[in-house]
Amino acid sequence: MNIAVCVKQVPDSWAEKKMNGGVLDRQGVDAVLNDLDEYAVEEALRIVEAHGGNGEGGANTITVISMGPERTADAVRKALSMGADAAIIVTDAALAGSDALATSKVLAKVIEGGKFDLVICGTESTDARMSVVPAMIAQRLAWAQLTFAGSVVVDAGAVTITRVTEAGVDTMKAQFPAVISVVEKINEPRYPSFKGIMAAKKKPVEIKDLASLGIDASQVGTAGAWSTVVDATPRPPKAAGIKIVDDGNGGKALVDFLVVKKFL
Amino acid sequence: MSEVFVLAQFVGDKVAKTTGELATCGARIGDVTAIVLAAPGKGAALASQVTSGRIAKVVVIESADFDKFGVSASAAVLAHIVGEHKPAALLITSSAFGKELAGCIAVLTDSGLITDAVDVSSELVATQIVFGGSSTVHSRVSHGSAIITLRPNSVTPDLEKSSPEILNVSVAVGESAKHAEVISSQPPVAEGRPELTEAQIIVSGGRGTNGDFGPVETFADLLGAAVGASRAATDAGWYPHSHQVGQTGKTVSPQLYVACGISGAIQHRAGMQTSKTIVVINKDPEAPIFELADFGVVGDLFSVLPQASEGVKAHKS
Ligand SMILES: Cc1cc2nc3c(=O)[nH]c(=O)nc-3n(C[C@H](O)[C@H](O)[C@H](O)COP(=O)(O)OP(=O)(O)OC[C@H]3O[C@@H](n4cnc5c(N)ncnc54)[C@H](O)[C@@H]3O)c2cc1C
Repeated sequence: MNIAVCVKQVPDSWAEKKMNGGVLDRQGVDAVLNDLDEYAVEEALRIVEAHGGNGEGGANTITVISMGPERTADAVRKALSMGADAAIIVTDAALAGSDALATSKVLAKVIEGGKFDLVICGTESTDARMSVVPAMIAQRLAWAQLTFAGSVVVDAGAVTITRVTEAGVDTMKAQFPAVISVVEKINEPRYPSFKGIMAAKKKPVEIKDLASLGIDASQVGTAGAWSTVVDATPRPPKAAGIKIVDDGNGGKALVDFLVVKKFL
Repeated sequence: MSEVFVLAQFVGDKVAKTTGELATCGARIGDVTAIVLAAPGKGAALASQVTSGRIAKVVVIESADFDKFGVSASAAVLAHIVGEHKPAALLITSSAFGKELAGCIAVLTDSGLITDAVDVSSELVATQIVFGGSSTVHSRVSHGSAIITLRPNSVTPDLEKSSPEILNVSVAVGESAKHAEVISSQPPVAEGRPELTEAQIIVSGGRGTNGDFGPVETFADLLGAAVGASRAATDAGWYPHSHQVGQTGKTVSPQLYVACGISGAIQHRAGMQTSKTIVVINKDPEAPIFELADFGVVGDLFSVLPQASEGVKAHKS
Protein backbone atom coordinates (compact mmCIF):
# COMPACT_ATOMS: atom_id res chain seq x y z
CA MET A 1 0.00 0.00 0.00
CA ASN A 2 1.33 3.44 -0.93
CA ILE A 3 0.17 6.34 1.17
CA ALA A 4 0.63 10.05 0.45
CA VAL A 5 0.34 12.52 3.29
CA CYS A 6 -0.23 16.15 2.30
CA VAL A 7 1.32 18.62 4.72
CA LYS A 8 1.77 22.36 4.87
CA GLN A 9 4.21 24.62 6.57
CA VAL A 10 2.43 27.37 8.46
CA PRO A 11 3.35 30.30 10.66
CA ASP A 12 3.48 29.21 14.28
CA SER A 13 -0.07 29.40 15.74
CA TRP A 14 1.23 31.54 18.56
CA ALA A 15 3.01 34.08 16.38
CA GLU A 16 1.38 37.36 15.47
CA LYS A 17 0.25 37.28 11.86
CA LYS A 18 0.42 40.26 9.53
CA MET A 19 -0.95 40.95 6.11
CA ASN A 20 1.22 42.36 3.38
CA GLY A 21 -0.57 43.58 0.24
CA GLY A 22 -3.52 41.29 0.86
CA VAL A 23 -1.55 38.12 1.48
CA LEU A 24 -0.18 36.65 4.64
CA ASP A 25 3.35 37.83 5.36
CA ARG A 26 5.16 34.53 5.84
CA GLN A 27 8.65 36.00 6.08
CA GLY A 28 8.71 37.49 9.52
CA VAL A 29 7.32 34.58 11.54
CA ASP A 30 8.52 31.18 12.71
CA ALA A 31 7.27 28.46 10.44
CA VAL A 32 6.30 25.00 11.63
CA LEU A 33 4.58 21.86 10.37
CA ASN A 34 0.82 22.55 10.55
CA ASP A 35 -0.29 21.02 13.88
CA LEU A 36 -3.24 19.30 12.30
CA ASP A 37 -1.05 17.57 9.70
CA GLU A 38 0.89 15.77 12.43
CA TYR A 39 -2.24 13.73 13.07
CA ALA A 40 -2.30 12.76 9.38
CA VAL A 41 1.34 11.63 9.48
CA GLU A 42 0.69 9.68 12.69
CA GLU A 43 -2.39 7.99 11.22
CA ALA A 44 -0.41 6.96 8.13
CA LEU A 45 2.24 5.44 10.38
CA ARG A 46 -0.39 3.56 12.40
CA ILE A 47 -2.04 2.22 9.24
CA VAL A 48 1.24 0.88 7.84
CA GLU A 49 2.28 -0.50 11.22
CA ALA A 50 -0.91 -2.58 11.22
CA HIS A 51 -0.22 -3.81 7.67
CA GLY A 52 3.39 -4.93 7.45
CA GLY A 53 5.25 -1.69 8.11
CA ASN A 54 7.15 0.72 5.88
CA GLY A 55 10.80 1.55 5.30
CA GLU A 56 13.35 -1.15 4.63
CA GLY A 57 11.66 -4.52 4.25
CA GLY A 58 8.22 -3.02 4.79
CA ALA A 59 5.25 -3.73 2.59
CA ASN A 60 4.16 -0.08 2.34
CA THR A 61 5.44 3.40 1.64
CA ILE A 62 4.57 6.80 3.04
CA THR A 63 5.36 9.83 0.90
CA VAL A 64 4.98 13.33 2.27
CA ILE A 65 3.79 15.88 -0.28
CA SER A 66 3.98 19.60 0.26
CA MET A 67 3.70 22.80 -1.73
CA GLY A 68 5.37 25.94 -0.49
CA PRO A 69 8.50 28.07 -0.45
CA GLU A 70 11.90 26.41 -0.16
CA ARG A 71 11.95 26.44 3.61
CA THR A 72 8.97 24.06 3.53
CA ALA A 73 11.71 21.43 3.67
CA ASP A 74 11.92 22.02 7.45
CA ALA A 75 8.29 21.05 8.01
CA VAL A 76 8.64 18.08 5.69
CA ARG A 77 11.72 16.96 7.62
CA LYS A 78 9.64 16.70 10.77
CA ALA A 79 7.21 14.33 9.02
CA LEU A 80 10.15 12.26 7.78
CA SER A 81 11.66 12.10 11.25
CA MET A 82 8.32 10.82 12.57
CA GLY A 83 8.75 7.90 10.16
CA ALA A 84 7.58 8.75 6.62
CA ASP A 85 9.84 7.39 3.86
CA ALA A 86 10.24 10.11 1.27
CA ALA A 87 9.01 13.54 0.32
CA ILE A 88 8.02 15.54 -2.73
CA ILE A 89 8.07 19.32 -2.44
CA VAL A 90 6.62 21.56 -5.10
CA THR A 91 8.22 24.94 -4.98
CA ASP A 92 8.05 27.67 -7.60
CA ALA A 93 8.12 31.46 -7.43
CA ALA A 94 4.86 31.51 -9.42
CA LEU A 95 3.03 29.69 -6.62
CA ALA A 96 3.05 32.64 -4.20
CA GLY A 97 -0.49 33.78 -3.41
CA SER A 98 -2.11 30.56 -4.63
CA ASP A 99 -5.69 29.97 -3.49
CA ALA A 100 -7.17 26.64 -2.44
CA LEU A 101 -8.17 25.87 -6.03
CA ALA A 102 -4.58 26.21 -7.21
CA THR A 103 -3.18 24.35 -4.20
CA SER A 104 -5.49 21.43 -4.81
CA LYS A 105 -4.60 21.45 -8.49
CA VAL A 106 -0.88 21.18 -7.76
CA LEU A 107 -1.27 18.53 -5.06
CA ALA A 108 -3.63 16.47 -7.22
CA LYS A 109 -1.11 16.61 -10.05
CA VAL A 110 1.65 15.27 -7.82
CA ILE A 111 -0.62 12.51 -6.53
CA GLU A 112 -1.62 11.56 -10.06
CA GLY A 113 2.05 11.13 -10.92
CA GLY A 114 2.54 8.51 -8.20
CA LYS A 115 0.92 5.17 -7.54
CA PHE A 116 -0.97 6.02 -4.39
CA ASP A 117 -3.80 4.06 -2.82
CA LEU A 118 -4.59 6.47 -0.06
CA VAL A 119 -4.05 10.18 0.53
CA ILE A 120 -4.23 11.46 4.11
CA CYS A 121 -4.57 15.13 5.08
CA GLY A 122 -5.21 17.15 8.24
CA THR A 123 -8.64 18.80 8.39
CA GLU A 124 -7.33 22.32 7.87
CA SER A 125 -4.24 24.48 7.96
CA THR A 126 -4.04 26.68 11.01
CA ASP A 127 -3.31 29.75 8.87
CA ALA A 128 -5.82 29.66 6.01
CA ARG A 129 -8.45 27.69 7.93
CA MET A 130 -10.58 26.87 4.93
CA SER A 131 -10.92 23.10 5.39
CA VAL A 132 -11.48 22.58 1.68
CA VAL A 133 -8.24 21.29 0.17
CA PRO A 134 -8.76 17.57 1.00
CA ALA A 135 -12.23 17.59 -0.57
CA MET A 136 -10.94 19.52 -3.57
CA ILE A 137 -8.10 17.05 -4.13
CA ALA A 138 -10.58 14.17 -4.06
CA GLN A 139 -12.86 16.04 -6.45
CA ARG A 140 -10.04 16.75 -8.89
CA LEU A 141 -8.85 13.13 -8.85
CA ALA A 142 -12.44 11.82 -8.89
CA TRP A 143 -11.46 9.62 -5.94
CA ALA A 144 -13.52 8.68 -2.93
CA GLN A 145 -13.69 11.47 -0.40
CA LEU A 146 -13.76 10.49 3.28
CA THR A 147 -13.13 13.54 5.40
CA PHE A 148 -13.21 14.54 9.08
CA ALA A 149 -12.32 11.01 10.13
CA GLY A 150 -12.36 10.33 13.85
CA SER A 151 -11.27 6.76 13.18
CA VAL A 152 -9.87 4.97 10.15
CA VAL A 153 -9.81 1.26 9.38
CA VAL A 154 -8.01 -0.03 6.30
CA ASP A 155 -8.77 -3.56 5.18
CA ALA A 156 -8.34 -5.41 1.89
CA GLY A 157 -8.18 -2.40 -0.38
CA ALA A 158 -11.00 -0.55 1.32
CA VAL A 159 -11.11 2.19 3.91
CA THR A 160 -13.84 2.80 6.48
CA ILE A 161 -14.00 5.95 8.57
CA THR A 162 -16.27 7.54 11.10
CA ARG A 163 -16.94 11.08 9.95
CA VAL A 164 -17.29 13.38 12.95
CA THR A 165 -18.85 16.77 12.24
CA GLU A 166 -21.51 19.10 13.64
CA ALA A 167 -24.02 17.06 11.64
CA GLY A 168 -23.38 13.97 13.77
CA VAL A 169 -21.36 10.84 13.22
CA ASP A 170 -21.46 8.95 9.91
CA THR A 171 -19.70 5.72 9.04
CA MET A 172 -18.42 5.86 5.47
CA LYS A 173 -16.70 3.26 3.35
CA ALA A 174 -14.90 3.28 0.01
CA GLN A 175 -12.58 1.19 -2.11
CA PHE A 176 -9.08 2.53 -2.85
CA PRO A 177 -8.02 4.97 -4.09
CA ALA A 178 -9.36 7.43 -1.54
CA VAL A 179 -8.60 10.77 0.05
CA ILE A 180 -9.18 11.05 3.77
CA SER A 181 -8.73 13.85 6.29
CA VAL A 182 -8.35 13.15 9.99
CA VAL A 183 -9.53 15.19 12.98
CA GLU A 184 -7.20 15.94 15.88
CA LYS A 185 -9.01 13.58 18.24
CA ILE A 186 -7.98 10.54 16.19
CA ASN A 187 -4.56 9.89 17.73
CA GLU A 188 -1.66 11.34 19.67
CA PRO A 189 1.17 12.16 17.25
CA ARG A 190 4.52 10.69 18.26
CA TYR A 191 7.57 12.81 18.91
CA PRO A 192 10.39 12.13 16.47
CA SER A 193 13.03 9.94 18.14
CA PHE A 194 16.73 10.79 17.93
CA LYS A 195 17.12 7.83 15.57
CA GLY A 196 14.22 9.12 13.50
CA ILE A 197 15.74 12.58 13.25
CA MET A 198 19.09 11.17 12.10
CA ALA A 199 17.43 8.81 9.61
CA ALA A 200 15.33 11.64 8.16
CA LYS A 201 18.49 13.41 7.00
CA LYS A 202 19.14 10.59 4.54
CA LYS A 203 15.61 10.19 3.23
CA PRO A 204 14.95 11.26 -0.36
CA VAL A 205 13.34 14.67 -0.86
CA GLU A 206 12.42 15.40 -4.44
CA ILE A 207 11.93 19.04 -5.42
CA LYS A 208 9.61 19.74 -8.32
CA ASP A 209 8.67 22.96 -10.07
CA LEU A 210 5.55 23.78 -12.04
CA ALA A 211 7.12 22.99 -15.39
CA SER A 212 7.99 19.46 -14.28
CA LEU A 213 4.34 18.96 -13.33
CA GLY A 214 3.10 20.38 -16.62
CA ILE A 215 1.17 23.17 -14.91
CA ASP A 216 1.20 26.60 -16.49
CA ALA A 217 2.28 29.41 -14.16
CA SER A 218 -0.81 31.44 -15.15
CA GLN A 219 -3.06 28.83 -13.48
CA VAL A 220 -1.62 29.32 -10.01
CA GLY A 221 -0.37 32.01 -7.67
CA THR A 222 -1.90 35.47 -7.47
CA ALA A 223 -2.39 35.47 -11.26
CA GLY A 224 -4.46 32.30 -11.24
CA ALA A 225 -6.43 33.01 -8.08
CA TRP A 226 -10.13 33.25 -8.73
CA SER A 227 -10.78 35.44 -5.80
CA THR A 228 -9.06 38.75 -5.25
CA VAL A 229 -8.52 40.70 -2.10
CA VAL A 230 -10.06 44.16 -2.34
CA ASP A 231 -8.48 45.35 0.88
CA ALA A 232 -7.16 43.99 4.15
CA THR A 233 -7.04 46.10 7.26
CA PRO A 234 -5.92 45.36 10.78
CA ARG A 235 -8.83 45.43 13.17
CA PRO A 236 -8.51 47.90 15.99
CA PRO A 237 -7.65 46.06 19.19
CA LYS A 238 -10.76 45.47 21.21
CA ALA A 239 -11.42 48.38 23.56
CA ALA A 240 -10.54 47.31 27.07
CA GLY A 241 -13.63 46.04 28.82
CA ILE A 242 -14.65 46.24 32.43
CA LYS A 243 -12.73 43.91 34.74
CA ILE A 244 -13.70 43.47 38.34
CA VAL A 245 -12.39 41.25 41.12
CA ASP A 246 -15.08 39.21 42.83
CA ASP A 247 -15.52 40.57 46.32
CA GLY A 248 -18.57 38.45 46.99
CA ASN A 249 -20.78 40.44 44.61
CA GLY A 250 -19.21 39.47 41.28
CA GLY A 251 -22.27 37.50 40.16
CA LYS A 252 -24.56 40.44 40.90
CA ALA A 253 -22.29 42.82 39.00
CA LEU A 254 -22.39 40.42 36.07
CA VAL A 255 -26.19 40.44 36.07
CA ASP A 256 -26.18 44.26 36.21
CA PHE A 257 -23.95 44.28 33.14
CA LEU A 258 -26.34 41.94 31.30
CA VAL A 259 -29.25 44.21 32.19
CA VAL A 260 -27.44 47.33 30.93
CA LYS A 261 -26.62 45.48 27.70
CA LYS A 262 -30.30 44.46 27.42
CA PHE A 263 -29.65 40.73 27.54
CA LEU A 264 -32.13 40.63 30.40
CA MET B 1 -31.47 41.35 -12.30
CA SER B 2 -28.97 38.62 -11.64
CA GLU B 3 -29.88 35.34 -10.03
CA VAL B 4 -28.44 34.11 -6.75
CA PHE B 5 -28.67 30.55 -5.48
CA VAL B 6 -28.80 29.82 -1.78
CA LEU B 7 -28.64 26.31 -0.39
CA ALA B 8 -31.45 25.84 2.11
CA GLN B 9 -30.31 24.13 5.27
CA PHE B 10 -32.31 21.98 7.63
CA VAL B 11 -31.84 20.63 11.12
CA GLY B 12 -33.63 17.30 10.98
CA ASP B 13 -36.84 18.19 9.13
CA LYS B 14 -36.96 21.83 10.28
CA VAL B 15 -35.60 24.72 8.26
CA ALA B 16 -32.48 26.23 9.85
CA LYS B 17 -32.30 29.91 10.73
CA THR B 18 -29.19 30.17 8.57
CA THR B 19 -31.33 29.66 5.46
CA GLY B 20 -32.93 33.06 6.16
CA GLU B 21 -29.49 34.58 6.69
CA LEU B 22 -28.34 33.34 3.29
CA ALA B 23 -31.52 34.60 1.64
CA THR B 24 -31.03 38.01 3.25
CA CYS B 25 -27.52 38.33 1.79
CA GLY B 26 -28.67 36.88 -1.51
CA ALA B 27 -31.51 39.38 -1.91
CA ARG B 28 -29.00 42.25 -1.82
CA ILE B 29 -27.37 40.83 -4.91
CA GLY B 30 -30.23 39.54 -7.05
CA ASP B 31 -33.31 37.33 -7.29
CA VAL B 32 -32.99 34.53 -4.80
CA THR B 33 -33.55 30.92 -5.72
CA ALA B 34 -33.36 28.62 -2.72
CA ILE B 35 -32.27 25.07 -3.48
CA VAL B 36 -33.63 22.23 -1.38
CA LEU B 37 -31.82 18.88 -1.59
CA ALA B 38 -34.07 16.24 -0.09
CA ALA B 39 -34.58 12.53 0.31
CA PRO B 40 -37.33 11.12 -1.95
CA GLY B 41 -40.78 12.20 -0.79
CA LYS B 42 -39.44 14.74 1.71
CA GLY B 43 -38.97 17.75 -0.58
CA ALA B 44 -42.42 19.33 -0.38
CA ALA B 45 -42.50 19.44 3.42
CA LEU B 46 -39.04 21.00 3.55
CA ALA B 47 -39.64 23.47 0.72
CA SER B 48 -42.82 24.81 2.31
CA GLN B 49 -40.76 26.07 5.26
CA VAL B 50 -38.37 28.11 3.13
CA THR B 51 -40.13 31.45 3.45
CA SER B 52 -37.82 33.74 5.46
CA GLY B 53 -36.38 36.63 3.50
CA ARG B 54 -37.07 37.69 -0.06
CA ILE B 55 -37.07 34.39 -1.92
CA ALA B 56 -38.35 34.30 -5.49
CA LYS B 57 -38.18 30.58 -6.16
CA VAL B 58 -37.56 27.32 -4.41
CA VAL B 59 -36.08 24.52 -6.46
CA VAL B 60 -36.51 21.06 -4.98
CA ILE B 61 -34.28 18.19 -6.03
CA GLU B 62 -34.99 14.79 -4.51
CA SER B 63 -32.59 11.88 -4.48
CA ALA B 64 -31.73 9.04 -2.14
CA ASP B 65 -28.10 9.61 -3.11
CA PHE B 66 -27.72 12.77 -0.98
CA ASP B 67 -27.85 10.79 2.23
CA LYS B 68 -26.04 7.83 0.75
CA PHE B 69 -23.01 9.48 -0.82
CA GLY B 70 -22.45 12.57 1.31
CA VAL B 71 -20.74 15.71 0.06
CA SER B 72 -19.86 14.30 -3.38
CA ALA B 73 -23.46 13.66 -4.41
CA SER B 74 -24.72 17.07 -3.33
CA ALA B 75 -21.73 18.72 -4.99
CA ALA B 76 -22.36 16.96 -8.29
CA VAL B 77 -26.00 18.05 -8.40
CA LEU B 78 -25.36 21.63 -7.32
CA ALA B 79 -22.46 21.97 -9.76
CA HIS B 80 -24.77 20.77 -12.50
CA ILE B 81 -27.39 23.44 -11.87
CA VAL B 82 -24.79 26.15 -11.26
CA GLY B 83 -23.24 25.21 -14.60
CA GLU B 84 -26.62 25.39 -16.28
CA HIS B 85 -27.88 28.68 -14.79
CA LYS B 86 -24.60 30.46 -14.08
CA PRO B 87 -25.96 32.41 -11.10
CA ALA B 88 -23.98 35.42 -9.89
CA ALA B 89 -23.42 33.57 -6.64
CA LEU B 90 -24.11 30.40 -4.71
CA LEU B 91 -24.33 31.00 -0.97
CA ILE B 92 -23.92 28.12 1.48
CA THR B 93 -23.74 28.09 5.27
CA SER B 94 -20.23 27.60 6.67
CA SER B 95 -19.88 24.23 8.34
CA ALA B 96 -17.66 21.22 7.73
CA PHE B 97 -20.19 20.00 5.16
CA GLY B 98 -20.90 23.43 3.68
CA LYS B 99 -17.28 24.34 3.13
CA GLU B 100 -16.37 21.01 1.53
CA LEU B 101 -19.42 21.25 -0.66
CA ALA B 102 -18.42 24.74 -1.74
CA GLY B 103 -14.88 23.56 -2.45
CA CYS B 104 -16.05 20.69 -4.65
CA ILE B 105 -18.50 22.91 -6.54
CA ALA B 106 -15.76 25.50 -7.12
CA VAL B 107 -13.59 22.76 -8.64
CA LEU B 108 -16.41 21.35 -10.76
CA THR B 109 -17.63 24.69 -12.10
CA ASP B 110 -14.28 26.44 -12.33
CA SER B 111 -15.44 29.16 -9.97
CA GLY B 112 -13.75 31.21 -7.28
CA LEU B 113 -14.39 30.36 -3.64
CA ILE B 114 -14.58 32.40 -0.44
CA THR B 115 -15.20 30.63 2.87
CA ASP B 116 -16.28 31.86 6.28
CA ALA B 117 -17.58 35.22 5.14
CA VAL B 118 -19.32 37.23 7.86
CA ASP B 119 -21.03 39.47 5.31
CA VAL B 120 -21.61 39.78 1.56
CA SER B 121 -22.42 43.15 -0.01
CA SER B 122 -24.69 43.95 -2.95
CA GLU B 123 -21.51 44.25 -5.04
CA LEU B 124 -20.61 40.67 -4.06
CA VAL B 125 -17.74 41.75 -1.86
CA ALA B 126 -17.31 39.28 0.98
CA THR B 127 -16.03 40.28 4.40
CA GLN B 128 -13.88 37.85 6.38
CA ILE B 129 -12.28 38.23 9.78
CA VAL B 130 -8.97 36.41 9.83
CA PHE B 131 -5.84 35.71 11.86
CA GLY B 132 -7.32 35.42 15.29
CA GLY B 133 -9.63 38.38 14.71
CA SER B 134 -6.73 40.72 14.00
CA SER B 135 -7.58 41.57 10.38
CA THR B 136 -10.63 42.26 8.26
CA VAL B 137 -10.36 41.19 4.63
CA HIS B 138 -12.69 42.17 1.80
CA SER B 139 -12.51 40.05 -1.28
CA ARG B 140 -14.46 39.13 -4.36
CA VAL B 141 -14.60 36.23 -6.72
CA SER B 142 -13.15 37.01 -10.13
CA HIS B 143 -14.10 33.91 -12.11
CA GLY B 144 -17.28 31.91 -12.57
CA SER B 145 -20.15 32.04 -10.08
CA ALA B 146 -19.07 33.36 -6.69
CA ILE B 147 -19.16 30.35 -4.36
CA ILE B 148 -19.33 31.82 -0.86
CA THR B 149 -19.88 30.22 2.52
CA LEU B 150 -21.38 32.45 5.20
CA ARG B 151 -20.83 31.95 8.91
CA PRO B 152 -24.01 31.29 10.87
CA ASN B 153 -25.32 34.17 12.98
CA SER B 154 -23.27 36.83 11.16
CA VAL B 155 -26.09 38.52 9.29
CA THR B 156 -29.38 39.68 10.78
CA PRO B 157 -32.05 37.85 8.82
CA ASP B 158 -34.73 39.83 7.04
CA LEU B 159 -38.04 39.12 8.80
CA GLU B 160 -40.08 39.52 5.64
CA LYS B 161 -41.96 36.35 4.60
CA SER B 162 -42.19 35.28 0.98
CA SER B 163 -44.39 32.79 -0.75
CA PRO B 164 -42.02 31.61 -3.43
CA GLU B 165 -42.94 29.50 -6.39
CA ILE B 166 -41.85 25.88 -5.84
CA LEU B 167 -40.34 23.92 -8.70
CA ASN B 168 -39.38 20.26 -8.74
CA VAL B 169 -36.34 19.43 -10.79
CA SER B 170 -34.67 16.10 -11.30
CA VAL B 171 -30.92 15.79 -11.61
CA ALA B 172 -29.21 12.41 -11.59
CA VAL B 173 -26.07 11.85 -9.52
CA GLY B 174 -23.26 10.53 -11.72
CA GLU B 175 -21.21 7.43 -10.88
CA SER B 176 -18.07 9.45 -10.13
CA ALA B 177 -19.85 10.99 -7.12
CA LYS B 178 -20.62 7.56 -5.66
CA HIS B 179 -17.19 6.35 -4.57
CA ALA B 180 -17.70 6.78 -0.84
CA GLU B 181 -20.82 5.38 0.71
CA VAL B 182 -22.45 6.34 3.99
CA ILE B 183 -23.11 3.05 5.78
CA SER B 184 -24.74 4.46 8.88
CA SER B 185 -25.46 7.86 10.43
CA GLN B 186 -26.12 9.05 13.90
CA PRO B 187 -27.54 12.56 14.09
CA PRO B 188 -26.38 14.67 17.03
CA VAL B 189 -28.40 14.13 20.20
CA ALA B 190 -31.02 16.83 20.71
CA GLU B 191 -30.94 18.25 24.25
CA GLY B 192 -33.68 20.84 24.22
CA ARG B 193 -31.17 23.70 24.15
CA PRO B 194 -30.55 25.94 21.14
CA GLU B 195 -28.11 24.68 18.54
CA LEU B 196 -24.64 26.06 19.23
CA THR B 197 -24.03 27.83 15.91
CA GLU B 198 -27.53 29.34 15.88
CA ALA B 199 -27.71 30.42 19.51
CA GLN B 200 -27.94 34.10 20.44
CA ILE B 201 -26.28 33.37 23.78
CA ILE B 202 -23.68 30.71 24.62
CA VAL B 203 -22.34 29.85 28.06
CA SER B 204 -19.16 27.78 27.86
CA GLY B 205 -17.19 25.85 30.43
CA GLY B 206 -13.56 24.79 30.43
CA ARG B 207 -11.08 22.98 32.61
CA GLY B 208 -12.04 25.33 35.44
CA THR B 209 -15.38 23.50 35.82
CA ASN B 210 -13.40 20.50 36.99
CA GLY B 211 -15.99 18.30 35.34
CA ASP B 212 -19.02 19.91 36.96
CA PHE B 213 -21.03 21.66 34.24
CA GLY B 214 -24.01 22.10 36.60
CA PRO B 215 -23.55 25.83 37.28
CA VAL B 216 -22.83 26.47 33.57
CA GLU B 217 -25.98 24.63 32.47
CA THR B 218 -28.17 26.31 35.08
CA PHE B 219 -27.01 29.76 34.01
CA ALA B 220 -27.38 28.82 30.33
CA ASP B 221 -30.93 27.60 30.81
CA LEU B 222 -31.94 30.79 32.62
CA LEU B 223 -30.68 32.80 29.64
CA GLY B 224 -32.11 30.42 27.03
CA ALA B 225 -28.53 29.82 25.95
CA ALA B 226 -26.61 26.98 24.32
CA VAL B 227 -23.77 25.30 26.23
CA GLY B 228 -20.26 25.26 24.80
CA ALA B 229 -17.01 23.71 26.02
CA SER B 230 -13.27 24.10 25.58
CA ARG B 231 -11.20 21.26 24.24
CA ALA B 232 -9.85 20.59 27.72
CA ALA B 233 -13.43 19.87 28.81
CA THR B 234 -14.33 17.72 25.80
CA ASP B 235 -11.03 15.81 25.92
CA ALA B 236 -11.67 15.01 29.57
CA GLY B 237 -15.05 13.60 28.54
CA TRP B 238 -16.93 16.17 30.64
CA TYR B 239 -18.94 17.41 27.69
CA PRO B 240 -19.61 15.96 24.21
CA HIS B 241 -17.21 16.87 21.43
CA SER B 242 -20.13 18.28 19.43
CA HIS B 243 -20.14 21.19 21.92
CA GLN B 244 -16.48 22.08 21.49
CA VAL B 245 -15.89 25.67 20.46
CA GLY B 246 -12.67 26.53 18.70
CA GLN B 247 -10.40 25.75 15.84
CA THR B 248 -11.21 22.07 15.75
CA GLY B 249 -14.69 22.52 17.14
CA LYS B 250 -17.40 24.92 16.12
CA THR B 251 -17.03 28.52 15.11
CA VAL B 252 -19.69 30.61 16.81
CA SER B 253 -20.59 34.28 16.84
CA PRO B 254 -23.47 34.77 19.24
CA GLN B 255 -24.64 38.10 20.62
CA LEU B 256 -23.28 37.05 24.00
CA TYR B 257 -20.55 34.52 24.87
CA VAL B 258 -19.88 33.73 28.52
CA ALA B 259 -16.55 31.90 29.06
CA CYS B 260 -16.30 30.19 32.44
CA GLY B 261 -13.03 28.63 33.57
CA ILE B 262 -11.52 28.90 30.09
CA SER B 263 -8.02 30.35 29.72
CA GLY B 264 -8.38 31.66 26.17
CA ALA B 265 -5.88 29.62 24.18
CA ILE B 266 -5.55 30.77 20.59
CA GLN B 267 -7.36 27.65 19.35
CA HIS B 268 -10.34 28.43 21.56
CA ARG B 269 -10.41 32.08 20.52
CA ALA B 270 -10.42 31.03 16.88
CA GLY B 271 -13.94 29.73 17.42
CA MET B 272 -15.50 32.55 19.42
CA GLN B 273 -13.68 35.81 18.95
CA THR B 274 -16.31 37.28 16.64
CA SER B 275 -18.95 37.04 19.39
CA LYS B 276 -20.54 40.47 19.80
CA THR B 277 -20.26 40.69 23.59
CA ILE B 278 -17.90 38.54 25.66
CA VAL B 279 -18.16 37.93 29.39
CA VAL B 280 -15.45 36.09 31.28
CA ILE B 281 -15.34 34.38 34.65
CA ASN B 282 -11.86 33.16 35.57
CA LYS B 283 -9.87 32.78 38.79
CA ASP B 284 -6.64 33.88 37.18
CA PRO B 285 -6.44 37.65 36.56
CA GLU B 286 -3.70 36.99 33.99
CA ALA B 287 -5.74 34.56 31.87
CA PRO B 288 -5.48 35.71 28.23
CA ILE B 289 -9.25 35.38 27.73
CA PHE B 290 -9.63 38.66 29.65
CA GLU B 291 -8.12 40.44 26.62
CA LEU B 292 -11.35 39.73 24.76
CA ALA B 293 -13.72 40.47 27.63
CA ASP B 294 -16.27 43.26 27.55
CA PHE B 295 -16.98 42.31 31.13
CA GLY B 296 -14.68 40.12 33.20
CA VAL B 297 -14.99 38.82 36.71
CA VAL B 298 -11.81 37.61 38.38
CA GLY B 299 -13.27 34.97 40.63
CA ASP B 300 -14.34 31.39 41.24
CA LEU B 301 -17.00 30.26 38.79
CA PHE B 302 -18.55 28.11 41.53
CA SER B 303 -19.51 31.22 43.47
CA VAL B 304 -19.94 33.80 40.68
CA LEU B 305 -22.21 31.68 38.45
CA PRO B 306 -24.70 30.57 41.14
CA GLN B 307 -24.97 34.15 42.36
CA ALA B 308 -25.51 35.35 38.79
CA SER B 309 -28.18 32.65 38.29
CA GLU B 310 -29.98 33.88 41.42
CA GLY B 311 -29.68 37.42 40.09
CA VAL B 312 -31.25 36.46 36.76
CA LYS B 313 -34.12 34.70 38.53
CA ALA B 314 -34.69 37.73 40.75
CA HIS B 315 -34.61 40.03 37.71
CA LYS B 316 -37.18 37.92 35.89
CA SER B 317 -39.62 37.72 38.77
C1 LIG C 1 -4.35 21.24 17.07
C2 LIG C 1 -5.07 21.80 18.25
C3 LIG C 1 -6.42 22.11 18.15
C4 LIG C 1 -7.12 22.64 19.24
N1 LIG C 1 -8.45 22.95 19.10
C5 LIG C 1 -9.11 23.49 20.15
C6 LIG C 1 -10.50 23.84 20.06
O1 LIG C 1 -11.16 23.65 19.04
N2 LIG C 1 -11.10 24.39 21.14
C7 LIG C 1 -10.43 24.61 22.32
O2 LIG C 1 -11.05 25.12 23.28
N3 LIG C 1 -9.13 24.27 22.44
C8 LIG C 1 -8.46 23.71 21.39
N4 LIG C 1 -7.15 23.35 21.55
C9 LIG C 1 -6.59 23.32 22.92
C10 LIG C 1 -6.12 24.65 23.44
O3 LIG C 1 -4.79 24.86 23.04
C11 LIG C 1 -6.21 24.66 24.99
O4 LIG C 1 -5.46 23.60 25.49
C12 LIG C 1 -7.63 24.55 25.54
O5 LIG C 1 -8.46 25.50 24.91
C13 LIG C 1 -7.60 24.81 27.03
O6 LIG C 1 -8.89 24.65 27.58
P1 LIG C 1 -9.28 25.45 28.90
O7 LIG C 1 -9.17 26.90 28.67
O8 LIG C 1 -10.58 24.93 29.36
O9 LIG C 1 -8.19 24.91 29.95
P2 LIG C 1 -6.97 25.65 30.61
O10 LIG C 1 -6.11 26.31 29.64
O11 LIG C 1 -6.38 24.69 31.57
O12 LIG C 1 -7.67 26.81 31.43
C14 LIG C 1 -8.50 26.61 32.51
C15 LIG C 1 -8.82 27.99 33.07
O13 LIG C 1 -9.77 27.85 34.10
C16 LIG C 1 -9.45 28.74 35.15
N5 LIG C 1 -10.05 28.19 36.35
C17 LIG C 1 -9.70 27.06 37.03
N6 LIG C 1 -10.53 26.86 38.07
C18 LIG C 1 -11.44 27.86 38.05
C19 LIG C 1 -12.55 28.20 38.85
N7 LIG C 1 -12.94 27.43 39.89
N8 LIG C 1 -13.23 29.32 38.58
C20 LIG C 1 -12.87 30.11 37.53
N9 LIG C 1 -11.83 29.83 36.72
C21 LIG C 1 -11.13 28.71 36.97
C22 LIG C 1 -7.95 28.80 35.16
O14 LIG C 1 -7.52 30.03 35.73
C23 LIG C 1 -7.62 28.70 33.67
O15 LIG C 1 -7.51 29.99 33.08
C24 LIG C 1 -6.44 22.84 20.47
C25 LIG C 1 -5.08 22.54 20.56
C26 LIG C 1 -4.39 22.04 19.47
C27 LIG C 1 -2.94 21.75 19.61
